[in-house]
Amino acid sequence: MNRTVAVTESARPRLRTMPSTNKLLQQLLKHGALIGIGLLFAFPFVWLVLTSVKSPSEIVSMPPTLLPKVWRFANYKTAVTTIPFFRYMGNTVFIFVLKAIGAALSCSLAAYGFSMLRWPGRDVVFFLVLATMMLPFQVTMIPLYILYDRVDLIGTFVPLILPSWFGYAFSIFMFRQFFRTIPIELTEAARIDGCSEPRIWAQVIMPLAKPAIAALILFEFMWTWNDFLGPLLYLSKQSNWTLALGLLQFRSQRETNWELLMAASTLMVVPAVALYFFGQKTFIQGIATTGFK
Amino acid sequence: MRLSTLKSRQARRELKWGLIFITPWIVGFLLFNLYPTLASFYYSFTDKGLIRPPESVGLDNYVRLLTRDKQFVKSISNTLYMVVVAVPLGTVFAFITALLLNMKVRGQAVYRTIYYLPTVVPAVAGTLLWLWILNPQYGIINYALSFFGLRSPAWFGSPVWARPAVVMMGLWAVGTSTVLYLAALQGVPQEMYEAATLDGAGWLARTLSITIPMVSPVTLFIAITSVIGTFQIFTQAYIIGGSGGGTTGNPRESLLFYAIYLYRQGFVYLKMGYASAMAWILFLIIMVVTIVLMRSSARFTYYES
Repeated sequence: MNRTVAVTESARPRLRTMPSTNKLLQQLLKHGALIGIGLLFAFPFVWLVLTSVKSPSEIVSMPPTLLPKVWRFANYKTAVTTIPFFRYMGNTVFIFVLKAIGAALSCSLAAYGFSMLRWPGRDVVFFLVLATMMLPFQVTMIPLYILYDRVDLIGTFVPLILPSWFGYAFSIFMFRQFFRTIPIELTEAARIDGCSEPRIWAQVIMPLAKPAIAALILFEFMWTWNDFLGPLLYLSKQSNWTLALGLLQFRSQRETNWELLMAASTLMVVPAVALYFFGQKTFIQGIATTGFK
Repeated sequence: MRLSTLKSRQARRELKWGLIFITPWIVGFLLFNLYPTLASFYYSFTDKGLIRPPESVGLDNYVRLLTRDKQFVKSISNTLYMVVVAVPLGTVFAFITALLLNMKVRGQAVYRTIYYLPTVVPAVAGTLLWLWILNPQYGIINYALSFFGLRSPAWFGSPVWARPAVVMMGLWAVGTSTVLYLAALQGVPQEMYEAATLDGAGWLARTLSITIPMVSPVTLFIAITSVIGTFQIFTQAYIIGGSGGGTTGNPRESLLFYAIYLYRQGFVYLKMGYASAMAWILFLIIMVVTIVLMRSSARFTYYES
């Protein structure tokens, strides 16, 4: 793939003879367009961080200043004490970790059953797995809420975590795609050696599936960090709130303290951005192969 | 003879383990998908509240929604606005950015990272950030507009401008579609472009007659998933509307989207039978739109095999 690109690249100058100034102009135009749109994407981030270190009087001054006159990093300290920020963050991380563990186990098990074992009706059932992706959350959320209410689980983390422990389409699909790249000889050799299927899953397949597990952890993190409707429905107890709910506390006050809100938002955005930088390749590949975020 | 018994033993073994391995999913499917779907369908013909046992009302919920509920009509038209404006704009914008990011220039990786960055921002933080950027009094955008002598809209304070502002926020976080387009662009055989160039086709002609047809399956996929996503748009509108269930949809119900109104009926008014009927209408709309898009696409979508 890379080689063909390289070959056509080197063949191109012979096809089209272009004066070097023209080429330079073209490069300039390309970079100009890329930088122009890049600024539109990047500017809100810059503004987020800059606002978070300005003083309350400076952010409402007209004309607005680009750089803060005084860099008030103390805003961050005020922000995380105005709301119980780290408690909310801890709750969010707790939910994420338990979801990721459950999903890694249940989804890889199901994917093993759908790819490494052959049994009649397998593909029909797998189609059913994929079909569940079509079902909007709005359809299931009301009966589920009533169900959780009946067993007194509203307010706890359980409704947010539990579904991950029973496998769901996206990650089953992802694991299955990955398992299909593992040579069948590996599992067959293990079977001839008398390995049971759970042992093959645990000791042969899962150690090889680290990239898929990494992708699952990344996606689970992004979803949990991003989820708003789920916590809004289920986390009625304020001490159990996630960051997504907690940030809104800044809004419910009569006067919004924008600099504090931006500081808290920055703190919420940083882990997501850091994880994205860290696992960019895994993440982008996951989107490109499954088609979803 | 012996080989076949061996084979059937192996087949039985695989069936047994296959079912054991997918047991957690089966339980989850019954509990989190099948049961709630059936229950919601049943509730939609009742006056179910949170605690009140359901009592049948026949087709009343549906009839009332479709003939007497003005807010329901409002929520449909608000949502359709987003589908008609935001989905095509987002798709075109994603295609253009993907074309830009596919150019062979120095620093390509850096550009790709920056363009995708907004997409990883949690919806809550992103919405709050835009509320600040588009603040009618102190927002930087209105300052920039006043600099050019332009009238500054109140954005989320104005029933006319709130929806365009939500569209804008969506364009900012368009990265997922861009990534899908980028993957598709890299799959287009280079020889096609070279042959076209030799035939004297310019950039525009190559884009129109090679690139766009070649990526059309991805365009279809993006169109379907964005329409489904837009029908479910919730978080942004909920936050912009202000705190408390009753005020969601503000300013003046211009952001009363389908999912917002459904939430209000189900979880603010606790009319869960009524909200279930809404959920099923949504489900039907999504299915119909998906089927129509897939059917009509047969004419303009190109598949290699």
